[in-house]
This record gives sequence, structure tokens and C-alpha cells, in this order.
Amino acid sequence: MGNSGHQLTRNLQIKPREFNEHKTICFRSYNMTFSCLTRMKAYRSPWQNLYSTSQTTVDSNEVKTFLALAHKWWDEQGIFAPLHSMNDLRVPFIRDNLLKTSASHQQGKPLSGMKILDVGCGGGLLTEPLGRLGASVTGIDPVAENIKIAQHHKSFDPVLDERIEYKVCSLEEIVNDTAEVFDAVVASEVVEHVIDLELFIQCCYQVLKPGGSLFITTINKTQLSYALGIVFSEQIMGLVPKGTHTWEKFVSPEKLESILEPNGLLVHTVAGMIYNPFSGYWHWSDNTSLNYAAHAVKSSAQERPEPAAAALQGDAETLHANASSSRVNMKS
Amino acid sequence: MAARTGSMTGLLCVRWWSSAPLAVGRLSLAACRRWAGSSADTVYDVVVSGGGLVGAAMACALGHDIHFRDKKILLLEAGPKKVLEKLSDTYSNRVSSISPGSATLLSSFGAWDHICNMRCKAFRRMQVWDSCSEALIMFDRDNLDDMGYIVENDVIMCALTKQLEAVADRVRVLYRSKAVDYAWPAPFSMTDSSPWVQITLGDGSTLQTKLLIGADGHNSGVRRAAGIQNVSWTYDQSAVVATLHLSEATENNVAWQRFLPSGPIALLPLSDTLSSLVWSTSHDHAAELVSMGEEEFVDAINSAFWSDANHTDFVDSASTMLRYVVTLLKPTRVSARQLPPSIAKVDAKSRALFPLGLGHAAEYVRPRVALIGDAAHRVHPLAGQGVNMGFGDISSLVHHLSTAAFNGKDLGSMSHLAGYETDRQRHNTALLAATDLLKRLYSTNATPLVLLRTWGLQATNAVSPLKEQIMAFASK
Repeated sequence: MGNSGHQLTRNLQIKPREFNEHKTICFRSYNMTFSCLTRMKAYRSPWQNLYSTSQTTVDSNEVKTFLALAHKWWDEQGIFAPLHSMNDLRVPFIRDNLLKTSASHQQGKPLSGMKILDVGCGGGLLTEPLGRLGASVTGIDPVAENIKIAQHHKSFDPVLDERIEYKVCSLEEIVNDTAEVFDAVVASEVVEHVIDLELFIQCCYQVLKPGGSLFITTINKTQLSYALGIVFSEQIMGLVPKGTHTWEKFVSPEKLESILEPNGLLVHTVAGMIYNPFSGYWHWSDNTSLNYAAHAVKSSAQERPEPAAAALQGDAETLHANASSSRVNMKS
Repeated sequence: MAARTGSMTGLLCVRWWSSAPLAVGRLSLAACRRWAGSSADTVYDVVVSGGGLVGAAMACALGHDIHFRDKKILLLEAGPKKVLEKLSDTYSNRVSSISPGSATLLSSFGAWDHICNMRCKAFRRMQVWDSCSEALIMFDRDNLDDMGYIVENDVIMCALTKQLEAVADRVRVLYRSKAVDYAWPAPFSMTDSSPWVQITLGDGSTLQTKLLIGADGHNSGVRRAAGIQNVSWTYDQSAVVATLHLSEATENNVAWQRFLPSGPIALLPLSDTLSSLVWSTSHDHAAELVSMGEEEFVDAINSAFWSDANHTDFVDSASTMLRYVVTLLKPTRVSARQLPPSIAKVDAKSRALFPLGLGHAAEYVRPRVALIGDAAHRVHPLAGQGVNMGFGDISSLVHHLSTAAFNGKDLGSMSHLAGYETDRQRHNTALLAATDLLKRLYSTNATPLVLLRTWGLQATNAVSPLKEQIMAFASK
């Protein structure tokens, strides 16, 4: 925390000039952000941010990393093999938890009638199985190349072509058009790549129907995850391409829960996942110190999140209007 | 994509014209079908190539599976549709021994009820003995459960056809359609080529599928087109089949098999007065048997079962010795050799023969391809396991595909196909090796081998747990 503390002071010095109106919001979001030194690069060109949505959860460096690997998505034995294999856990996880919420379902299409949003869908590895189970899935990803590949891959299957829709955008860009539309939002292996986790969760909350489910799979921030997830997987074994993950952005289940609960998302399940690199299969585990999956449900009653959080809408006009409410809630 | 469709339409037009002189009768029908499909090839989820016992059962099992309600399945059968309005009084000469495991599979999609309503015969005991000695092995269940069922192949086919019609909305059956060419998808790449398997039928139409299941028999076209290696050899034997009338009506719930030096002869019960013959012998002898007069044929069968001409004193005394030892160690019931019922006459025109061989595919699966039944393995009928192994393949593959479908997986993905292959290769390789070994062991009357197998058989007969293991393995 000490290192990023320095960061914060430096950023605060630069930012207020460009973002006079959004002072309070930026101040708050930087507290939430676990930036590394390299983040400085992104803030050197603030003009960019002014033209797009003023707040974003997308990290442009992450975009670059995934761009380089885009064409490898659908090689089941290639670099994304662990993600393909993870479907054996995450699809049943999503399917079974969604089946619990719905009263009736068509046989052969257990998720039919459900609208699902797959945030950070990449090449569509998780989107397609959900589509095959009968759901109408919208897959979004900020990397255009990923969507192009996902689009190309689903185009050969007439059933999937109808059920799945892909868009190149970030979550906050579609929040306004799709308020309370989705029965489920899936953010698998995404939250460890976003800049602003709180904003991300709030956007998820907004697009969910009351009683809708949020599914997250991500990596815990522990010494073990550094040793195995970064050093072993990336640098030694090459299971994951180098630079895919940044340990500082890993999220622990406790931290995730502490963001979900105040934002109106009640955590139902947290389960650990373990990958066996020799067999290539994933297993459920009681141990959440490496990978884990979480299932949270949006409250059906109208529990409002705190007013300060409401100020973090992705819309510039709303920001203007709310800039005056200077309640800065310092949570760490 | 548009260019592809355009060129494909062009190709179909060319093919239509060239095949016009050949297919006059079916021309209009075929033309209608083709034009309807030319806008875009239908993408099927599963195509089963081969509508025999195993292929039809596979399509049936998938069609009745709850996780396949949303899927499109196609069954390709080269022959015509066999409709059986009324069960004929004469029994067919091609019968199969259905194990309890296979019966469970057939009842899982409702075909077993049809079979029981038509006709089938349960047997409770099986006696297997040598012609060169007194050694025998008697299989039976202590609780007098059925060990297996003898059912005519036509009856099974009829039951399967009925159940296929019951799921006609999911399973489409194309009769008189033979796949002539297969085009495999390129390995992972970003080109515009289709990721599905393309099948070209005899009439020129094409279709695509996410998973191709080859159930087209031991000369499998799918296996050949996929380039899968096949270990095979022909036995110098043909099997003679016939329907026989017993001299007197009896309870007839025992299956008999005697190992002659020329090959095993088996009598399988069909009813209280009828039994089916399966006699594996040399090609020459088989041809002789089929062409000889009916009385001569009946005499040959009776003497094959009853004659002790091949016994030698040496082996007889050796086997008697072991029998005393066994009686000392295990003074419980000793199964004495029983003689099968004698045959009175043979059904006219029921004699037929077919060649025998062994075959085993090196791989059962490739991406988007799976082999089941005789396409994957071909076995000697001496153990009555051929079709049961095929039904076992179906159970395993349907289980894997059902789980994959419920997980939204791409059906042609190797991850679950490899699971099926491992499951079945383990079981089938053992059974194939054992059957081949038995066949070779019993093909001789050289004394050392006769002695070995006599003692081996007697010992196995004495060890009940071992017998139970064998029965359990064979009834899966």
C-alpha cells in the first residue's frame, strides 16, 4: 500500500488541473485503484480520457496484451487451454445457480429465456457454451480484435449466431442503455484486469434485473497466488502468457465481498478452484487462495447504494450535476 | 460466405445433371430435397453413419436423451427401411445374445419393451465344454437371474425403428443414403473454412455436422476416410447359422457351446422347440455344411455335440485326476457334464454362412469423429460379445455426450471424446485379446495344449469368484 500511496499523491497533483469538475470522483477512484508505476503512462495523455467516458474500467495496457494474443483464442490446446478447460467448472456453476432461481426450464435448453451479459468475453470461450444452453447472451469486450474473432467463430453455427450478440465496448458504455435488462452478468477472469473495481461492480448492479445474479471468477491476492500464479505460471511454465496478470490487481474474496455487499449484491457462494497443469483439468476446492468463483445476487428490494457511489455514473452530464455533492467516502 | 454458397449451388447443379441418367425414379424427389438445402447446408449436431443395430441404437439413445432435446441428429442408412407389420412365424437365422447390460441400454429408450412384446428368449445357464476332454465350465447365476437373452436381429431392428419414429422431431433418418465422401475441418486456424465435418452423400447432396459417429461396420468408410489405423486379420473360419428344431420340447433355457478342433459350435435357445445354431469352422467345411442335405446336416450337428471321438486316454486320466483334487478341496456341488438337446430337423432355407475375422481400430476418436460398434472392433462370435461391445460403446459415448451437452460444450471436442475412448478401449482390448486367445487355444488338438486348457477350464470352473468375475465382465 505504501508504494501506491506515493502514486496517489503524485496523481493527485497532476489530475485536478485537467479534471476540475470531477475532482471528487477522481480522488475517490484513485483510492480504489491499485496502480503500478506503469499506470503513469496512461495518465500522460489525459486528453484521450476527456473525449471518451470520463471514467473507465478498461486498462489500455491490458488491451495491448490481449491484442497480441487475439488470434489464439480458439486453439483448445494452445495458450488459452486452461481457460477452455475452466469451462468444465464455470459453466455448471453458472447453469446450476441460475436453474435454482428459475421455476421452470425447457429440457435441452436449461437457460432458455434468460438474458446473460458476458463482460470481457474475449474470444467467446464462455459465451458460446452459455448460448448453447439456450440463453440469449450479449458478449462485450473492449478489444475489437477479440470481438472480431468471437464473431467469426460463432458465425458458422446458425443456432449460436442467433442467440449470441457481440459488441466492442466496455461495461460502463452500455450501462445507460441496458439498465435492469439482464438476468445474469458473468465477469469471468475480468476483475483482475480492470482499473476501477468499484465502478465495475456498480455498473454490473445497474444492468442486472432485481434478483439477478452476478458471477465472478478471479484470482486471489495471496503470496501463493504470486508464487504460483505469476512466477510459476507465467515465468517458469509459460502456462499463461507473460504480462497477462499483475499481482497488485488480484482481488481477495474478502475485498470483493466488501465491494459487493454495500453495492446491493449479496454474496451467496464463494468456492475455490485449483488447476492441475499436468492433467489440464480444474477442480473445485475449499481453498480459495488461488482461483475462486463467486456468485452474488442483486437484492430484489430497493436497497439503494450510498449516495457517493451514485455519483460515479459513467455519464458526463450526471457527473457535472453531482459534482457539487462532495461527500468523499474514504474506504480502503 | 455468399461466394461459397454460390459456388456450392453451382456444383450441385453440375452434379445433378451428371447423375440424372442414374437416378431417374428418384429424380424429382431428390431435386426437391436438394434445392431446399442449397441455400445453406444444414448443420447437424450429430450424424450417425450406418443404420445397423449399433448405429440405429446410437441415434435412438441420443434422440431420447433429455439433454439432446434441442439438438439435430441424423442417421444415414444405405439400405431401405425395414418395416415389419407382422412378425413372421419362422425365426430369422441371425440372432444375437444380448447381455443384461445391453438390455438395460435398450430399455433406457423404450426399445426393450417392444422386443419383449415381440419375442425374445432368456437363458439362465451356459455350458461350455471341450471336445478333446471331459473338462467343462458351467456358468449360472445363483439367484436364477437371466444371464442373457437371445433375440433375432430383425426383432431388435424393428424395435429400434419404432423408437426412432417416436423421436422423429429430433432424429431424422435418411434411408438409401450412403455417405461417399467426407471432408474434415482444418485444424484450428483463422481461415474462412467451415469448422464442421462435411459429408457428401451418394446423390450429391452435402451436409455438415459437428460430430460424426461411424457405425458402419467392420469395413468402416468413416474409419478409412479418417485415416485411422486398423489392426485386423481374418480367421480361417466362417460361421454357419441355422434355425433348428429340437427333438422334443424342453424348458430350453441353457446356452450350449462345445469347442471342436475345427472351431466352436453353439446352440442358442430361441423357444421351447427351437434353437439357433452358430458353428464356426473352416471355410471348406462351412461351405460343405451349407450345401449338404438336411438330414446329413442334422446328423453332423448331433455328432458334433455328442461324439467323444476326440478324447484321448491320457487327457482323460489327467482331467479325472484334477477332478478328484478339486472334489477334495471343494467338496460342494460338482457340475457333471450335461448333454444338449438333440436336433430333429433344420428349418429349410435357414442355413447361411459369413466369414469371421478380428479387427481393432488404433484410435476410436479424432476431433469431431467417433467410432462405435464393429467399426471400432470386430470379434469372433465364440463369446457372444460382438453386439454387446457395441452397445457398451453406445452407453459410454451417450453418457459423455450427454454431460457435454448439459455443459454447453462443442460436441466434437476431443476433451470428452478422449474420455469415451479411454473407457472403451480398456474394456474392449481386454475382451478382444481374451476372445482371440481362447480361439487360438481351442483350435488345436495337440496334447500339451489340450492338457493345459483342460486343467485351466476345470480350475476356472472350480473357482466361483473367478467365474463370477468373468460373468460380470461379459454382462456389462
